[in-house]
Amino acid sequence: MITATRRGNGLLALAGLGVASMPLWASAYHMQLASTALIASMFALSLQLLVGGAGLVSLAHAGFFGLGAYSVYLLTQGLGGPPSVLLSLPVAALAAGGAALAIGPLALRTKGFFFLMATLAFGQMLFFLFHDTPLGGSLDGVFIQRPGLIWAVTKAQRPMVFLLLNLGVLGAMYAGLWLLMRTLFGHALLGIRANEHRMRAMGHDVQRLKLAAFALAGALAGMAGHMAALTDAFVSPDLLGWHRSAEALLMIVLGGIGALHGPILGAFALTLIEELGPLITERQRLIEGAVILAAVLLLRNGLAGPRR
Amino acid sequence: MTTLLAQLLNGVQYGLLLFLISSGLTLIFGVMGVINLAHGSLFMIGAYLAYIVAGFTGSFWLAPPAAIVGGLLFGALLETGLFRRFRDREHLDQVLLTFALILIFEEARSILIDNQFHSVAVPALLDFSVPITGSFAYSAYRLAVLGVCLLVAALMVLFVEHTKIGSAIRAAAENPEMVGLLGLDARRIHILVFSAGTALAMLAGALAAPLQSVYPNMGDGFLILSFIVVVIGGLGSIAGAFWSALLVGLIDTLGKAYVPQLAGIAVCAMMALVLLVRPAGLFSKA
Repeated sequence: MITATRRGNGLLALAGLGVASMPLWASAYHMQLASTALIASMFALSLQLLVGGAGLVSLAHAGFFGLGAYSVYLLTQGLGGPPSVLLSLPVAALAAGGAALAIGPLALRTKGFFFLMATLAFGQMLFFLFHDTPLGGSLDGVFIQRPGLIWAVTKAQRPMVFLLLNLGVLGAMYAGLWLLMRTLFGHALLGIRANEHRMRAMGHDVQRLKLAAFALAGALAGMAGHMAALTDAFVSPDLLGWHRSAEALLMIVLGGIGALHGPILGAFALTLIEELGPLITERQRLIEGAVILAAVLLLRNGLAGPRR
Repeated sequence: MTTLLAQLLNGVQYGLLLFLISSGLTLIFGVMGVINLAHGSLFMIGAYLAYIVAGFTGSFWLAPPAAIVGGLLFGALLETGLFRRFRDREHLDQVLLTFALILIFEEARSILIDNQFHSVAVPALLDFSVPITGSFAYSAYRLAVLGVCLLVAALMVLFVEHTKIGSAIRAAAENPEMVGLLGLDARRIHILVFSAGTALAMLAGALAAPLQSVYPNMGDGFLILSFIVVVIGGLGSIAGAFWSALLVGLIDTLGKAYVPQLAGIAVCAMMALVLLVRPAGLFSKA
């Protein structure tokens, strides 16, 4: 189950202050790196609602992330110019959430391993949509015009502004999920994770609860994808590949499946490892493989502490 | 007309290769309860093995037997060394551990061989076309692959349906606890099933090597298609895997030939349709 602990909240508040003060002491490069970690955190946090929340292991999640990112590109194409961020962010969330709402009822007809296989295939379907058809522009990806912020930003200010913006979105997402898990809905999800049969016997509409979680997690992943498109001004079909979903699962397990702040710890840890890895070896895949083995076999509770 | 005929034959032959991969996947999952994301990598390893064997011996003929023998040994090694330990883990852990295996296999491929595309020559003896109708001839090698796959499928059905070990495997796929109750050695069945599944995937890779290039991450596409085959065919069912592999192979091949932009989506859409009408699989008894 996922719980927000006082220790976790305190740790995050401290870390948040540290990140917020980066413009005072860090270089533009490091602020961009922090933005990457913040976006990865949003993505992993949105998946945590499914994995730690309802006990659903989905491999479709990168599809929703990528859909959110591509919605910025599609919106720009449709409008003939970049939209305001006040429009593009809700559109990204709605597009990804809508896709999850369409895929969810089908994927949720399966359970366990079959759910994994079905979500993998549906995620790839979204990947093919942008990779194979003209919809995505180019299979190598496209540069996009950034959505307009509320005030004009100079090029030199960008790393700082995006850092603070990403921090704000992640903070809002975390606070929202924290509150959500305290509601009846949140408790019902945890009940499904613990014992689905009992929840059904108690009269809960388990399918609908799962679908709601799946759609909400999709919408949040879409927001994360939107922030990635805004920060990088580039989208590519790679964003939707299932390897990214597996990486988000790794962040959750690395950070700790039992804690709401686990995915954020995991995302920052993995970003740091991937940044420092090349100092040891150029073989990135070996590093990632070793991190997985360490996270799953040795660090069974994750960085955040006890698993159950 | 003749191109349609050629595409239909290609589709059947592709579907049969898919069957070799997905029958192992569905049996391993049905009997051991282990999901193996690295199953596509075994296909890749089989193809690279064929490339190496063909390079060393100068002929392709030793590649398929090498893939079978190598696959049986490699599978036994993987089962006893790793997968036996993964069985009690949660789904999430199995997904991550086998994802790590993909990364490690690919990196090992990059270290031991290289990151280039390679081609493997069609064996000279089969490098001709067989006339089928008046104006239409089809590659003899592709026909041979078709025949070998059908032979393997027939042997598998005979083995699983008509031998004592086969019935133990079926019992294990239906109800894993039954094996212990029947006084059978579950560990031996697991090694057997995993080795056979590995050998089948590697054989498929070796047979596919002359048909397409041998290249990094070549197992990825096959992994996803074979997952779709298993979902459509239903759990642990050899016959289900056979028919749904043919179906997926045909749709994918015809799609790539006539509407290349929608081929990938069409196969996934078909899976969605099956989930809608028969979530337990198109060929399940339930």
